[in-house]
Amino acid sequence: MNWKRSLSGIGVALPIIALLGYGLTLDPRSLPNALPGSPAPEFALAVMDVPSDTVRLRDHAGQVLVLNFWASWCLECRHEHRILSETAEAYAGKDVVFYGVLYNDSPDNARSWIQEMGGQSYSNLLDNGTRMAIDYGLTGVPETVIISPEGQVVHKQIGVVTEALLRTKLDSLLAVRTAPQ
Amino acid sequence: MIALLLTLALALQQPNMDATLELRTREVAAQLRCPVCQGVSLEDSPSTLAQEMKSVVREQLRAGKSEEEVKQYFVQKYGEWILLEPEPTGFNLAVYVLPVVLLLGGGVTVFVLARKWSRQGAGAEPPPWYDDEYEEASP
Repeated sequence: MNWKRSLSGIGVALPIIALLGYGLTLDPRSLPNALPGSPAPEFALAVMDVPSDTVRLRDHAGQVLVLNFWASWCLECRHEHRILSETAEAYAGKDVVFYGVLYNDSPDNARSWIQEMGGQSYSNLLDNGTRMAIDYGLTGVPETVIISPEGQVVHKQIGVVTEALLRTKLDSLLAVRTAPQ
Repeated sequence: MIALLLTLALALQQPNMDATLELRTREVAAQLRCPVCQGVSLEDSPSTLAQEMKSVVREQLRAGKSEEEVKQYFVQKYGEWILLEPEPTGFNLAVYVLPVVLLLGGGVTVFVLARKWSRQGAGAEPPPWYDDEYEEASP
């Protein structure tokens, strides 16, 4: 009878151990990403250095759009700043547009930070009240959203973006765009 | 005169409307997860993002959206993870059904084992240290 009891004990314990083991393989800090695959939410934001100018999503129909949410108080934003700025320069004139979206920060702090970092090759937008950030499901900074020429969210990077990832995504979008129909 | 009365009526009604809106906002915010915290609702989080999200809840309710529509807006943006209590559909049903199944299973197991042990106890010989004489002498 003992073997029966042992077998039923193993039968109960094994699924629980397997479940806990699976849980250990997951990153507790990783967050679900609901936006990719859905249409990019419309926005209309003022340009930081030219507040009378407004940038809208629909102004960039037919172009690949890269939106980088950042703040001067964000340490990780320092790590990706050079990558973003250089990649934006490399893709200038290829129908790829980069924008920084200032999150929970003042334009003065942002300007000082950009000067300290040695400049930035693209414009920044002001998201007062973080309404656009919420519309894009922001969970913190930095986050980078890549939007296809058709207006679909193709990728949302939570955390620091790498040059390889940016180039892969942009090249594949541009390749689809230039491929014969 | 009528305009004055209407203005007065609206002014008297306004605090009640504001209180109801605030109550509804709190109810919805308590069901939504703060994305920059650990298991804390928008209602309980002091973070800037959570407070802004709560403002969005208030704005959408004021605009006439239902509580469910506001929750769905956040689900669409952040995924179902944003709900502190997952919807009882699909795989999520396990969260609601499994505890009940385990509780019932445990209850049945305890009941069956207790009955088995009590039956074994009724037919068993008394242990060698059991003193019959003591039982007979006691009142």
